[in-house]
Amino acid sequence: MFKPKEDRMAKVKSLADLRKMKENLQSKVHLREKADNPEALVQIKVGMGTSGIASGAKEVFNYLVDELEKRNIEAVVTQTGDMGYSYAEPTIEVTLPGKEPIVYGYVDVKKADEIIEKYVKLGEMVDGIIPANYRTIEENK
Amino acid sequence: MANYKMQLLICGGTGCRASSSNLIIDELKKQLETKNLADDVQVVETGCFGFCEKGPIVKVSPDNTFYTQVKPEDAEEIVDEHIIKGRKIERLLYTDPETKKHISDSKHMEFYKKQVRIALRNCGFLDPENIEEYIGREGYEAMGKCLLERTPEQVIKEIKESGLRGRGGGGFPTGLKWQFAAANKADQKYVVCNADEGDPGAFMDRSILEGDPHSVLEAMAICGYATGATKGLIYIRAEYPLAIKRLVIAIDQAREYGLLGENILDTNFNFDVELRYGAGAFVCGEETALIHSMEGERGEPTVKPPFPAESGYWGKPTNVNNVETFANVPAIINKGAKWFSSIGTDKSKGTKVFALAGKINNVGLIEVPMGTTLREVVFEIGGGIQNGKKFKAVQTGGPSGGCLTEKHLDTPIDFDNLIAVGSMMGSGGMIVMDEDDCMVAVSKFYLDFTVEESCGKCAPCRIGNKRLYEVLDKITKGNGTDEDLELLDNMSRVIKDTALCGLGQTSPNPVLSTLENFRNEYEQHVRDHKCAAGACKDLLDYVIEPENCVGCTACARVCPVGAISGERKQIHEIDPALCIKCGACIEKCKFNAIFIQ
Repeated sequence: MFKPKEDRMAKVKSLADLRKMKENLQSKVHLREKADNPEALVQIKVGMGTSGIASGAKEVFNYLVDELEKRNIEAVVTQTGDMGYSYAEPTIEVTLPGKEPIVYGYVDVKKADEIIEKYVKLGEMVDGIIPANYRTIEENK
Repeated sequence: MANYKMQLLICGGTGCRASSSNLIIDELKKQLETKNLADDVQVVETGCFGFCEKGPIVKVSPDNTFYTQVKPEDAEEIVDEHIIKGRKIERLLYTDPETKKHISDSKHMEFYKKQVRIALRNCGFLDPENIEEYIGREGYEAMGKCLLERTPEQVIKEIKESGLRGRGGGGFPTGLKWQFAAANKADQKYVVCNADEGDPGAFMDRSILEGDPHSVLEAMAICGYATGATKGLIYIRAEYPLAIKRLVIAIDQAREYGLLGENILDTNFNFDVELRYGAGAFVCGEETALIHSMEGERGEPTVKPPFPAESGYWGKPTNVNNVETFANVPAIINKGAKWFSSIGTDKSKGTKVFALAGKINNVGLIEVPMGTTLREVVFEIGGGIQNGKKFKAVQTGGPSGGCLTEKHLDTPIDFDNLIAVGSMMGSGGMIVMDEDDCMVAVSKFYLDFTVEESCGKCAPCRIGNKRLYEVLDKITKGNGTDEDLELLDNMSRVIKDTALCGLGQTSPNPVLSTLENFRNEYEQHVRDHKCAAGACKDLLDYVIEPENCVGCTACARVCPVGAISGERKQIHEIDPALCIKCGACIEKCKFNAIFIQ
């Protein structure tokens, strides 16, 4: 039955304690809460087909997840398949709430930083946009 | 703590586990391990998602992909395709029955569109065996708020204003119940959680305890604070092993974190919870019987008053609430009475969880605002009747409830409306019936259940229900008379008026409501000795249609009692006197020449 384990977190001694603990533990379920309402948040898709991964998309993906959290930006970062711009890997697609998606090419960690600081935070365009050169199935109907 | 990039939520409710969801979890973990992704992707076993028909469910966050009917063999593909390559696996997505399109996001499914999840808010979302996930989602915040920022009177006032009514079936205002318990002075008071869910086909309380045990513990502590009780007891049936296991883990964790026990949050408030196991007697859902059972006595009800709020467990003031009622409490404290009372109808606030079962496409657990119509529940959320058959009735309220028919489909569901049309909310089981169900046989089924479950203490229930059952049995065997219908009606009303407890008082309800709504079916059984639905075996005859019979002798060879006669290439005949109605001949006949009338 009940055995106190020493390596566990200490007892919750006050409401302030509980709230502090909540802050620390929120990240455990945060990913799921965000998933419930992605349209209201910044959505970033990282093209992670073979060519993307070979060009370093995984590092960019990890960087985006970690940095957005550090900089307190609510965002959903997901991986997706090859976007087709193999010449410009790694590619990412950024959708700000209520705006059209924008695809950036040749995104390394430095570029990702610039995109977060300028486009995500301030809405300023950043060099390296790949113009949409396709129509989606919905548009073609 | 690893910073996970993705999470896989797998349903660990009883339903999905029965379809090997635990093997899927093992397999996914193994695959992630071998592909070196264990630090990036977390596998979480959650409570019930509700969509049991399509289980086991695997949900991927943050892209919100909802995979249905997943098998352990699919784990490798999910990891290889979805997680590594980012491609959704079409064949595992839910297919909309209307448009035949694959839907990946649960929000767009008919099943989830109309649902509002309050009591089930954490089911299918949190790992029920991990208190930290619960705390991370405002867990125990409501308890903290009550202990430090409100007086017990304010807590009771909040619950009263929210309009929350008992979800176990009675619909008694919860705040008022707490007030009664609080008003009685005693050296020791108790809070009891009634988890003795006994209606056939109901599984909402089980799913809440399996998916979100901490909500119930937190609410019990709040109730303890409001009523002045320091001990909580959960009366749970031993047939719910998974719910018990998760409750035991939850209680241990809450004690470890100091959220149950002595001097909670440094406020001098003490509260602890223990489990009491029931042997699964239906009558123990009645609060006085439940208390006797907990004391080690026979599970028999006693006359109220005295109510448990005055003299309950060991003669001390005791407040008994149902699991779902408790599950609503933390949400009410956190979001306020006003928010809660803005949902629902005039006299029934909030939502209600229903367990959909029977001949319905989307069997599962749903939570809808009070006032949702039966039509929305059955045809939109429930996806209509299986195999395109015709809707006949919905049985609500379990063995104590009644049958609602097509003319009730547009009735907004709440406590009072259901009583007005001769049924009741009950704990929330909904059993859907189609044209192949015989209503006489259905009420016989429920009577069989109540006869079995009657504790035998009072004569109306012990003897009366048995007699009711015998009359129904006589009718389904084709020996009923018109007088029997009168007898059924009379006897039902007497039992209702004179039985001691809720079980006896409500057990004739299925008979009365079917008599009222389907009298023609009873009459058909009695006068024509026919069962139109084809459910009462004794009233059926197997006949061979001469036009279709080619004389292949297949039926005659398969008949176990030699009731079929006829020469080769000649039309065959069934002797009704010998026929045992086993149906073997129908299965064998390739020419559709045998039918039931």
